[in-house]
Amino acid sequence: MEARGSLDGRGMAWLSGGGEESEIVLSTRVRLARNLQGFPFPIRAGVEDSARVLERARAAIEAADSLAGADIWTVDSMEARDRDLLLERHLVSRELLERASEGLSHAALVLSTDDAIGVMVNEEDHLRLQAFGAGFALEDTWRRVDRLDEELGALLPFAFHHELGYLTSCPTNVGTGLRASVLIHLPGLVLTKEINKVLEGISQVGLTYRGFHGEGSEVVGNLFQISNQTTLGKTEEDLVDHLARVTGKVIEYERSARTVLLREAPTVLEDKVWRAFGILRTSRSLSTGEMLNLLSGLRLGVSLKLLPMPRVETLNEILVLGQTAHRSREVGSTLDESDADVARAAYVRERLAEDETPRDHE
Amino acid sequence: MNCDNCGERQAEIQLTTIEDGEMSTLHLCSVCASEKGVSASAPAKAPLVDFLAQLGKGSETESGRLPMDPCPYCGTTAADFRRTGRLGCAECWVHFDERLRGLVRRLQGSVQHVGKLYVHAGSEIGDRIGELAALRRRLQRAVDTEDFEAAAEFRDRIREIEASS
Repeated sequence: MEARGSLDGRGMAWLSGGGEESEIVLSTRVRLARNLQGFPFPIRAGVEDSARVLERARAAIEAADSLAGADIWTVDSMEARDRDLLLERHLVSRELLERASEGLSHAALVLSTDDAIGVMVNEEDHLRLQAFGAGFALEDTWRRVDRLDEELGALLPFAFHHELGYLTSCPTNVGTGLRASVLIHLPGLVLTKEINKVLEGISQVGLTYRGFHGEGSEVVGNLFQISNQTTLGKTEEDLVDHLARVTGKVIEYERSARTVLLREAPTVLEDKVWRAFGILRTSRSLSTGEMLNLLSGLRLGVSLKLLPMPRVETLNEILVLGQTAHRSREVGSTLDESDADVARAAYVRERLAEDETPRDHE
Repeated sequence: MNCDNCGERQAEIQLTTIEDGEMSTLHLCSVCASEKGVSASAPAKAPLVDFLAQLGKGSETESGRLPMDPCPYCGTTAADFRRTGRLGCAECWVHFDERLRGLVRRLQGSVQHVGKLYVHAGSEIGDRIGELAALRRRLQRAVDTEDFEAAAEFRDRIREIEASS
């Protein structure tokens, strides 16, 4: 395992655009929160404790078969700009970056060579085991993180309580420590104004939703992260299976909403997606929010075959690489918001042009 | 699109709120959004902290009845927990146990883990840490009750274990 300099393209295998139901579900992830016995949790740990946790975690990670050849990055030693990339790739929390900016977190990111599984060390908990999947792939993703958990759990003493299960820093994670989530695109339900009912339904069956930017964020670009709300009192399989069944229903509703839109308002819909394309293809300044909202139109258009391009993979890539820290890194200096908007617009124009030129839609 | 609030600046942020089961969407410029305490990148406060704050508004609350003495292992106090919504170590779960259960039951709808069972093969380390924590707790209690003879005994035992690790 080596500390690698380059984060280029890492932690984004889930953007490939493949996988089941990929027209609606962008990605799946399952994470398990684990802590080591005998050390205070990161929020309370001193620098020495954190260093020892990292040392022990590192030894176990190096010995784990499923992480053979994995790469490790220590977050403290990263440039601030690179740390922001991790945030935009949804690999770390903002809280961690605050601690890391003081250089005292001893946090590390570990990714398998194929980016399918990984570990965050010294995040909110000592270990956050994660598995990533493209499209709708809950069962497979859960199995991969479960296997990693078995391996690391044999090598490290996890904090476990006979009644409460795996002990975590936050009471919302205690028990299984499991958070399974799908990133799902629901423009049909938003446009038909059915989304409210669906989200309410989701909350009533023990699930919750967040925006694209994670906990506490607003919904932008019609992207929702649906996940299990509770972590205790059910088995891991039940939690994953429940989310899979409800997500399956939501996909069904989204499909019928799209059918209704195509039937009732085909011109409005076509106009909407082509306008989104037009703005993204020609604008000279683009905020992140506007980009995300317009990308939603494109994604819907491609999915309904109203637009002949771009590829879903390109849309996914823009979703991540179009964000400010990624643009800053590309130009090699920290961009303020207005410069970032200009750089973003230029990137999106070029990236869309790289995909096939659309044939005339007339 | 112009901001729904000021009607002047370009809307950059779509704010979706659900109140009384009604979803509404506002398109706001960054100035009006920040006045409403929203920004495109900064997430809102952790929901659990809000939840704990809500609890704090009641008469006698779950977290308000946490033991006043700090966790003997990591020093986390009930006030720390109320502020951050985070526990400081595994031992906090034992120390604040009685009061945490009520909170966990409300949050999780259960206080019994039925998922994976964990047994660590090399559990002597775990045992030692568990024993140390238990001894520290006993030592604290002995000091509190001014049972200095017992306290000395516990202190010696702790030193012994620490020396052997």
